[in-house]
Amino acid sequence: MEYFLQQLINGITLGSIYGLIAIGYTMVYGIIGMINFAHGEIFMIGSFIALTTFVALALLGITFLPVVLLIMLIVAMGFTALWGWAVERVAYRPLRGSFRLAPLITAIGMSIFLQNFVQVTQGARVKPLPPQIQGGITLMQGEFVNVQLSYVQILIVVTTVVLMAGFTLLISRTSLGRAQRACEQDAKMASLLGVNVDRTISLTFVMGAGLASVAGLMFLLYYGVIDFYIGFLAGVKAFTAAVLGGIGSLPGAMLGGLAIGLIETFWSGYFSVEYKDVAAFSILAIVLIFMPSGLLGRPEVEKV
Amino acid sequence: MSALPASTPSAPAPARVPLLTVRGLDTFYGKIQALRGVDIDVNEGEIVTIIGANGAGKSTLMMTICGNPRAAKGQITYRGEDITRLPTHDIMSKDIAQSPEGRRVFPRMTVMENLQMGAVLTDPVHFDDDLKRVFSLFPRLKERAGQRGGTLSGGEQQMLAIGRALMSRPRLLLLDEPSLGLAPLIVKQIFDVIRELNRNEGLTVFLVEQNAFHALRLAHRGYVMVNGVITMTGTGRELLARKEVRSAYLEGGAH
Repeated sequence: MEYFLQQLINGITLGSIYGLIAIGYTMVYGIIGMINFAHGEIFMIGSFIALTTFVALALLGITFLPVVLLIMLIVAMGFTALWGWAVERVAYRPLRGSFRLAPLITAIGMSIFLQNFVQVTQGARVKPLPPQIQGGITLMQGEFVNVQLSYVQILIVVTTVVLMAGFTLLISRTSLGRAQRACEQDAKMASLLGVNVDRTISLTFVMGAGLASVAGLMFLLYYGVIDFYIGFLAGVKAFTAAVLGGIGSLPGAMLGGLAIGLIETFWSGYFSVEYKDVAAFSILAIVLIFMPSGLLGRPEVEKV
Repeated sequence: MSALPASTPSAPAPARVPLLTVRGLDTFYGKIQALRGVDIDVNEGEIVTIIGANGAGKSTLMMTICGNPRAAKGQITYRGEDITRLPTHDIMSKDIAQSPEGRRVFPRMTVMENLQMGAVLTDPVHFDDDLKRVFSLFPRLKERAGQRGGTLSGGEQQMLAIGRALMSRPRLLLLDEPSLGLAPLIVKQIFDVIRELNRNEGLTVFLVEQNAFHALRLAHRGYVMVNGVITMTGTGRELLARKEVRSAYLEGGAH
């Protein structure tokens, strides 16, 4: 029982990180129907920017942790959002209206470019961050294991819940969110109503990148090491999460992220760590056989 | 021809202040030429209709005016300003609104959200008044306010498309086939609303229709389009009386 609860806590934490990244995939897919394969790299860049900010703050002598974390969050979100915007502007917008596979190919190219760019400029070695938030709460004392809820985990889950709640409100209630949904459902009509579709698409990339950068910061705090390659696997997992939840659906991305995080953690905990990715992808395959549009996705065919 | 109540022509044709002028317009879809040297004038306060068969290029003209697709040649002037090369969202911000072909209601947004989308360009202070006006024109929309656009009937979707266009407080309303696929009673209701808006508020309407009989009776002036070329023009009554118009678009086809 204690072991199970511990795995549950770990799974939710990991799932939160995946969920935050998955939103970027699902939103971009929703609005322009492309898979932004460079999104994992945006997450990686987010964690690098967070780390760089940390080092810069340490050099400036700012060490009060809440302030440090807050500045890391703001700087990472801001700069990563800029990267997201630039990627769309440089690599995707010129190809809009081109053949279907073109943006997919540039997305893969962009992903390779960003990985190599960070490798060249930051070096290929892993970058450590000493644990900043230590300790936690012991929820339960077991015979063999205790159930530990660390402060980092609390921070990750709470931040994710707050961000997702805010984000859901933004999409469902504000005029910006409405414009985004309008572009997603019928971009031509949205432009006929005076919506600047290009700008709305840019903002979608900016938001997705912002959320991914938060995931990058969380990853950095949770695992304590990053390198230029972390975006690949996390990106693939988050993409899987988005597909599992139903690509194009926001609640689906959150649910899918959680599901992938839990599957991975439980599989590692009870069966084998080596096969955790196999488990996650197998579940994806099984779900897609029975629910081709994912858990919360809607079928492609619509009554006109 | 079916016996309909005597036609009450719309407001007397107003003084000719040009609102929209189209000159020598060519539009292509890839290599296929859809419009050939089209000239159109729409004056302030008029209802102008353009009739023609399916595929004649009527909707293409409507969309070219809005900048999508772009005109390959020619000039589109709105209130004296050349709008030919402007992006669509800039054109629409010049108090032009379109209720497009196929209605294009946002299917997964509520009626209210669809109407809010219509008001993206207007000052929010007008929203409540504009909403009231649309609901009084189409009381049906008020009943359906919380319902998703995709679940509405065809007639309700058409009302929503027009209501959404009106939310932007247009001076010029472009209406593409509002009668398509609708029951005669609903068609009459929608055409009555258009006439009312024109008469009471001086709204200028540019109407594309296959339903030539209704459209020509409603409009001050009309154009006939065949294969992307304007072949005839005149007042609604003149065109209705023309033998070519009658044989091509009315006889056996009057609804």
